[in-house]
Amino acid sequence: MEKADIKQIETEVKPPVASKGVVGWARANLFNTWFNSILTLVTLFVLWKTVPPFFRWAIVDSLWFSTGEACRGTEGACWSVIPANIRFILFGFFPYQLQWRPLLAMVILVVLLFYSRDRRHWNNSLVYAWVAGLFAMGLLMKGGILGLVEVESTQWGGLPLTLMLSVFGLAAAYPLGVVLALGRQSKMPAVKALCVVYIEMIRGVPLITLLFMSSIVFPLFLPEGVTVNVILRAQVAIIMFTAAYIAEVVRGGLQGMSKGQYEAAESLGLNYYQTMRLVILPQALKIVIPPTVSQLISALKDTSLVVIIALYDLLKTTQSVLSDPSWMAFSSEAYIFVALIYFFCCYFMSSYSRRLEKELDTGL
Amino acid sequence: MKRLTIVFAILAVFALIGSASAGTLDDVKAKGFIQAGVNGDLFGFGKPDEKGVWRGLDVDTARAVAAAVFGDADKVKYTPLTAKTRFTALQSGEIDVLTRNCTQTLSRDTALGLDFVQVNYYDGQGFLIPKKLGVTSAKELDGASVCVLPGTTTELNVADYFRSNGMKMKPVVIENTAELAKAFFAGRCDCLTSDASQLAGTRAIASNPKDYMILPEIISKEPLAPAVRHGDNQWKDIVNFSVLAMINAEELGITSKNVDEMLKSKDPKIMRFLGVTEGNGKALGLDEKFAYNIVKQVGNYGEVFERNVGVNTPLGIERGLNALWTDGGLMYSPPFK
Repeated sequence: MEKADIKQIETEVKPPVASKGVVGWARANLFNTWFNSILTLVTLFVLWKTVPPFFRWAIVDSLWFSTGEACRGTEGACWSVIPANIRFILFGFFPYQLQWRPLLAMVILVVLLFYSRDRRHWNNSLVYAWVAGLFAMGLLMKGGILGLVEVESTQWGGLPLTLMLSVFGLAAAYPLGVVLALGRQSKMPAVKALCVVYIEMIRGVPLITLLFMSSIVFPLFLPEGVTVNVILRAQVAIIMFTAAYIAEVVRGGLQGMSKGQYEAAESLGLNYYQTMRLVILPQALKIVIPPTVSQLISALKDTSLVVIIALYDLLKTTQSVLSDPSWMAFSSEAYIFVALIYFFCCYFMSSYSRRLEKELDTGL
Repeated sequence: MKRLTIVFAILAVFALIGSASAGTLDDVKAKGFIQAGVNGDLFGFGKPDEKGVWRGLDVDTARAVAAAVFGDADKVKYTPLTAKTRFTALQSGEIDVLTRNCTQTLSRDTALGLDFVQVNYYDGQGFLIPKKLGVTSAKELDGASVCVLPGTTTELNVADYFRSNGMKMKPVVIENTAELAKAFFAGRCDCLTSDASQLAGTRAIASNPKDYMILPEIISKEPLAPAVRHGDNQWKDIVNFSVLAMINAEELGITSKNVDEMLKSKDPKIMRFLGVTEGNGKALGLDEKFAYNIVKQVGNYGEVFERNVGVNTPLGIERGLNALWTDGGLMYSPPFK
C-alpha cells in the first residue's frame, strides 16, 4: 500500500515536458517574455542569413593550395594566398635558406612564455632560462658567430619582428611605467615635474607622430654617416609611448591604496624603497591588473602601426604580398589569417591575466 | 601645404650642411654596397617576391648603379620607403639613391634639395572602365562616379581634368589599392583612375578581364626618375649614366646575351660604349667596363622593361612612351663619348 503511494507521488512530481530539457531551457531563457522572443527570432534570422554563406565561402567552395589564376574562377575563399606566400608573410626578408633560424627563435620565445605562465616556475632558474633564451634568440636572428651567417637587422621582418617589438616593448615599458608613476607621486619637485611633463607630453600625441619623429625627424639631427637602426628607433618610440600610459594606470593603483598602508609601513620603520617594494606596489599593481593588461593588449596591436614607417612587420609583409596582381583580389583571406594570429596573441595575454588575478586574489 | 614645404626646405638645408662635404662615391666604395630607397609594395617597380628577393624596374635601376660602381649588381641593400619617408631618407644620408617611382617635379628638384636624373619610366594617369558602360573616351564620363586613392596627386589630377572639361564627377575614395580595385569590380563606381602603369595590372585581377577596358586618354604627366642628393655632381653623373647606359645599349642593339660578342665589334660607338676604347669610365671615375657590366648583369632597358612590366608580365604594359625615340617613344640617350 505504502509503496503504491510513493509511486503515485513520483509520477505526480514529474515536471511537464515543456519545462524541462532543451525545450524547457529555451522557454526559460530564450522565449520567457515577448521581447526576448523577438530578439531570439531576429538573432536566429541573422545567423541563418550569415553563417551558412560564410561556411560555404570559407570551407565548401574554398581553394587551399592553388595558384592565383585558378582562384579567380571560384566563388569561395582563396586561402591559397597564405600557403603560397607563407614564408614571406612570416619571415619577411630573412634569407630564404636561413628561415629555420627565426622559426626556432620564435619557438624558444613561445616555450619560454608558456613556461613562465605558471607561477610555480617563478624562481632564479627562470631568470637564467630567460637570459639563455634571449641570448639564443639574438644569436639565431643576428648570427655572425658559431658558423652562423650574419643577417642584418634590416632583413628582419614578419612575425619575429612583430613579436620582438611587442614582447620587448611591453617588457621594457612596464617597469618604466611603474617608475614614472612613482616619480609622479614623488615629493621631490624636480622628479615630479619631469615625470608629469613626460607623461602628459607623450599622452598628448598619437603613436604615429612618435613613430614619424623617430623615423623622419630624428635622423636629421644626427651627424652625417651616423644612423641608428630603424627597428631600434621604432622600438624606443613604442616603449616610450606605452610606458606613459602604463604610468597612469599604475598611478590609479597607487592612489587606490589607503593611507593606513603607508602609515603602517612607516611605523614598522621601513624606508621609502622598502615601503614601495614590500607593501604598496604588490597591492597596487595587483588591483590594476585588468587595466594594465588591456593597455598591453592595445600596445601589442599598436605595433602594427610601424607599417607607416615601412618596417615589414606581419601586417606589412601581408600587404606587400597583396600588392602582387595575382593575389590582389584575395585580401580578405590574408587579413583574416593575420587577424587570427593577433587574436591568439591577445587572447593568450587576457586569459593569463584572468588567471593571475584569480591566483593573486587575497580577498581584499 | 606651403608651411609643410617650408619645413621640408629647412630640413633639407640641415641635411645639405651635413652632406655637402663628403663624396657619395667614396662613401659607397668604402662601405662596399649601395643603399637604395625603393617602394616595397609596387608590383613591377619595387617589391619583394615570395622568397623575399627584390624585383622590379626601379630595383633593376639600383642594380645597374651597383654594377657600374662595383662591377657586381648584387651589391645593393634596399630600404623600403613610404611616400612620406622617401625624401628624408635621401636627405639624411640613410640611402644613397632613391629609385622609388618618384615623379620629377620642379618643387622637388629645388625646394627639397634633390637632383633627379634620367627618367626610367614615363607614366601618366588614365581610366579603367567596364565595357558595358559604353564609353570610348574620357570626355564622355560626365557625371560618373570615380574610384580614386585619397590624398594623392591622382585625386587632384582627376578633379582638375573633370573641371577643365566642364564635367561633373562623384569621387569614391578608398585608402588601399587592393580594396579600391575590389570596390570597382563590385560596381561601386563607374570608373577607376590611377597611374596607367597600374591600370593594366588592376584589370588583370578582374574575374573576367575582357569586360573591362582602359580609355585612351592620359590626363597627367608622371615622369618617374631616380633621385640623388643635390650638390654631389659626380654621384649624380654616375647614376644618370647608369640609367642612360641601359637605354643606349638598347639603341645600339646590345643585350645581356650578345654583349660578349659585341666586345669584338668594330663599330666605334659600341667600342667606346663597352669600354674597348677607353675614356668614358675614367671621366666618370668608374671602371672602363661599367657599361659592359650593366648590360651583362642587368640588361638593356628593353630587357629590363619586358622582364618587370612588359606584355608578358601580369601588368602587361606596352612600351608606349617608354619605347626608344626611334620607335616613337621618349627614351633617348646622349652619345657615350
